[in-house]
Amino acid sequence: MVQYETTFIVDPVLSDGEINSTADNYISHLKKEGCEIVHINEMGLRQLAYPIKKRNSGVYYNVEFQAPTGSLIDKLELAFRRDERIMRFLTVRLDKYATQYNQDKRDGKIGGYKRKVAAERKAKAEEEAQNKAKRGNDKPKGKPKPKPKPPVAEAKPVAEAKPAEAPVETKSDNAEKNDA
Amino acid sequence: MASRDDIKFLSNPNIGNNMKKYCRFKKFGIKYIDYKDTDFLLQFINDQGKILPRRLSGNSLKYQRKMATAIKRSRHLAMLPYVTDLLK
Repeated sequence: MVQYETTFIVDPVLSDGEINSTADNYISHLKKEGCEIVHINEMGLRQLAYPIKKRNSGVYYNVEFQAPTGSLIDKLELAFRRDERIMRFLTVRLDKYATQYNQDKRDGKIGGYKRKVAAERKAKAEEEAQNKAKRGNDKPKGKPKPKPKPPVAEAKPVAEAKPAEAPVETKSDNAEKNDA
Repeated sequence: MASRDDIKFLSNPNIGNNMKKYCRFKKFGIKYIDYKDTDFLLQFINDQGKILPRRLSGNSLKYQRKMATAIKRSRHLAMLPYVTDLLK
């Protein structure tokens, strides 16, 4: 038994039922031939990197299976070629590292770190949002609006006063230096 | 006194220290490159969608070949473009 993986893109213009039935058709075809389906990954509607048959998106399916003989791959691909609903397909033979990789990915061992970080960030953001909401509720009650205004009024005169004083000092310094 | 942090350099002072490139697949023990993982493959193509040479990516020959086939497969499935501009 050799492990294979086939990915195909179904025309997105079809109705949901038709899309599912095309995919199921090929999966049942594989089962009839004596294959053991390991995993079916419905990757869903994705944007294509370039248009195929004047379509800009496609429904991706990825089926991993174990086949007793390699000859049924030819039959499968012939069926894919004859089917107008299939836009693209790719069948790959998986080596032991690839099967291991796919297994690990399904178990969530690969890319786990990124997911953890993302989850932590989300939790933090939610907490902060909640805290902010709490603070936002507290503030207007504890500190009424008139309070913030006076500091602004005080700050302005100080700012105006400083520049007026400063130039005088620098001038005097310069004068002394010139004298020296 | 001015410490080293206060000094501003006209050019990057780290230019002289040559950082040795390495093959990340060998270093981290990655045995298989998935053609469906486009985010990972994006690291090895330039903004025109061309595969970066070994001279830039630092990959060993074995994994450069595997990486190239993975990129070509994902191009076939329209997950990566064959030609573009401003990919990144």
